[in-house]
Amino acid sequence: MFPACRYSLQARRCVGALKAVQAEHVAPQVCSTRSSSSTLSRITTHYSVYPRDKDPRWEGVEMERFADEADVVIVGGGPAGLSAAIRLKQLASQHEKELRVCVVEKASQIGAHTLSGACLEPTALSELIPDWKERGAPLNTPVTEDKFSILTEKYRIPVPILPGLPMNNHGNYLVRLGHFVRWLGEQAEELGVELYPGYAASEVLFHEDGSVKGIATNDVGIAKDGSPKDVFERGMELHAKVTLFGEGCHGHLAKQLYKQFNLRGNCEPQTYAIGLKELWVIDEKKWCPGRTEHSVGWPLNRNTYGGSFLYHLNEGEPLVALGFVVGLDYTNPYLSPFREFQRWKHHPSIMSTLEGGNRIAYGARALNEGGFQSIPKLTFPGGMLIGCSPGFMNVPKIKGTHTAMKSGMLAAESAFSKITDENLQSETAGLYIPEYEEAFKKSWIWKELYSVRNIRPSFHNYFGLYGGMVYTGIFYWILRGKEPWTLKHNGLDADQLKPAKDCTPIEYPKPDGKISFDLLSSVALSGTNHDVPVAQNLAIYDVFLLHLEIETQSFSCVYEYVPLETGDGMRLQINAQNCVHCKTCDIKDPSQNINWVVPEGSGGPAYNGM
Amino acid sequence: CFAPFLCLRPPQIRVKPDRTGVVTDGVKHSMNPFCEIAVEEAVKLKEKKLVKEVVAVSCGPQQVQETIRTALAMGADRGIHVEVSGKDYETLGPLQVSKIFAALAKKEQADLIILGKQAIDDDCNQTGQMTAALLDWPTLAFSSEDVTLEADKLKVVREIDGGLETIKINLPAVVTADLRLNTPRYATLPNIMKAKKKKITNVKPADLGVDVSSRLEVLKVDEPPQRQSGVKVETVHDLVEKLKEAGRI
Repeated sequence: MFPACRYSLQARRCVGALKAVQAEHVAPQVCSTRSSSSTLSRITTHYSVYPRDKDPRWEGVEMERFADEADVVIVGGGPAGLSAAIRLKQLASQHEKELRVCVVEKASQIGAHTLSGACLEPTALSELIPDWKERGAPLNTPVTEDKFSILTEKYRIPVPILPGLPMNNHGNYLVRLGHFVRWLGEQAEELGVELYPGYAASEVLFHEDGSVKGIATNDVGIAKDGSPKDVFERGMELHAKVTLFGEGCHGHLAKQLYKQFNLRGNCEPQTYAIGLKELWVIDEKKWCPGRTEHSVGWPLNRNTYGGSFLYHLNEGEPLVALGFVVGLDYTNPYLSPFREFQRWKHHPSIMSTLEGGNRIAYGARALNEGGFQSIPKLTFPGGMLIGCSPGFMNVPKIKGTHTAMKSGMLAAESAFSKITDENLQSETAGLYIPEYEEAFKKSWIWKELYSVRNIRPSFHNYFGLYGGMVYTGIFYWILRGKEPWTLKHNGLDADQLKPAKDCTPIEYPKPDGKISFDLLSSVALSGTNHDVPVAQNLAIYDVFLLHLEIETQSFSCVYEYVPLETGDGMRLQINAQNCVHCKTCDIKDPSQNINWVVPEGSGGPAYNGM
Repeated sequence: CFAPFLCLRPPQIRVKPDRTGVVTDGVKHSMNPFCEIAVEEAVKLKEKKLVKEVVAVSCGPQQVQETIRTALAMGADRGIHVEVSGKDYETLGPLQVSKIFAALAKKEQADLIILGKQAIDDDCNQTGQMTAALLDWPTLAFSSEDVTLEADKLKVVREIDGGLETIKINLPAVVTADLRLNTPRYATLPNIMKAKKKKITNVKPADLGVDVSSRLEVLKVDEPPQRQSGVKVETVHDLVEKLKEAGRI
């Protein structure tokens, strides 16, 4: 793994030279230079960039797909998707109706791609499954201690968490979200939901009238160069009366749907953060199950949004879940969120907990921070968006699971009444269910997100973090978010990076192998695996427009600048098999040139209770 | 009749804190890759109309049913789940499994048993051979090219150290599959859905008259020792000095 700053100069010269030939960064038509450099061509083989009907290797290949019908198809087996499935089946048995609910999930097993802190507020769970305790839900660690601090390089300044502040965690549980999602999956299967882990939804299908007809799962048996192998099999089509999309933060199908139905016409663009997490087994003497610690400040400067969490879990062994979140609107291209995370662990107050311990897991995932201002239109003919895909995270609380679950439940309730209505006359073949959006606006999710809507944008001031904290203290704690104005975000995260020449490089300390680690060994811990010959889940439109800091945008060493075989200059190498599906490259790339697409199903990280 | 195993898929195996084994809770279990190849071979034989029925067998706890479903999705006709769970499952080894298979083979009147040459969790490479011994059937291990029937003898090519060996054996027989035998097909979603309708019968080892208690006791499981970092030396002289220092010469 080459540290981005060391090679940046050479790589920059290489990209700079190419840019001088090209007029301006826009459409790929300006690509007279594309054919000249063989090392830089064909960096993607995905069919969305090189269509199959023009590719001679695909001639004569059977492209017919097997299709099946369900009442509701749910894309994504996470908290939102599973809550929706459970709610649908609960209503079906309550009203004695038959309902076929299918959930497709790209992970090889339910929970394997789930990553979160996590501190769960049990409100939505208690509404969905009131007897969750008797059913053995893995909420084993109630929060007993709550600490919030501002870190400086050597010291820790505690900040009192007054009741009423969003980061007050009384009544919540520290969970391993992957295990919780797995338990939800078991509850869903008991109710008769058809769960299909290992099958990714790769395409949205449309009726002739433009409404959503369902989804198609990915084709299997494609070689790395994009040609069909002997074992090539077409994916399957799942048709439904309504399709719920719960792909999590920055879902790739949702990305298509936003354009198709113009769902983001009336809201601000979504803004994101990247969350990095590790699980450690620590020395028993340092273990205090139920202790919740959050910090802001060092090592980030006051204008870079971010902070840390450290939760002591009560799951049999002395386990802590710790992690670091960095807002993806950071401006310095030299900033590496992964290295900030590793550096943060060396703070004296954190090191004292981790010393003598052992790291057992690593993972990363983007999360949304847009909140209220970025909520798109949630329903369209034939489908609805649920969970972190549209994005309902309460940013100051750093909790999005309870709102995701509730949104799934609301979608299920509105869908159920429409589907089972025998007198329904629908204008479109796919059902259009505006009742979901109405129910959503009347629900506690809306009220909650409205009250905290100004906290995240309040960081965009000269004093950065401190200005934001003052704002939160006055307007949230005293006024509970009732101020009449709504602050705006700063625009797309992808537009925030300043040119490298205007920023100072950051000197990161080398990982010591005991507390801090390098990226490659961390990837190994995430259990990531894709069939190497078939990993092609990054469709890159124009390789010339990829920027340098891209090395820091992957949290699993996907993008690497390696020296050219001829010796002079560098070339971009994409190690797609390392991808942990965090979606950050798709979000942060300044030229918005990267389109993340699903790999063959069941590839990706193998998180166990992250 | 043949048998895919339930086994651990690497990576990231951790030793349990009490040192009695590895952590299996939450780790993805899937069909042993060599057994996948065995299933594929059996399905191919059925497609060539050389066998009438393919039965997939697996021994283990409830999760094993998923693996059997995958085999059914690949083309097996029905499944048999031999229920072994808890402590018995942790100590289940090749000897117990081969006793179970031998008993099942007699009960189902199977003519051919195909299994993977070894499981990737314990790498024992014993079950196929032991099963054949218990049944007094011929074994053909490490088959690497298509299994064919020639005048009711089984003809198979197998990989040996010196090259490839072609053998004809009488039926009934046991064949174990090696890596290059075939490329298993994907269990596509429509086939998984169809497989839900195929039958899986549950059997207990006691019903087959098999005692699954182990004759082995695991005393300790440890992680391999951390690799020590090396030292680069500049000259041959330094190398000799270092070796002398370490007492090696």
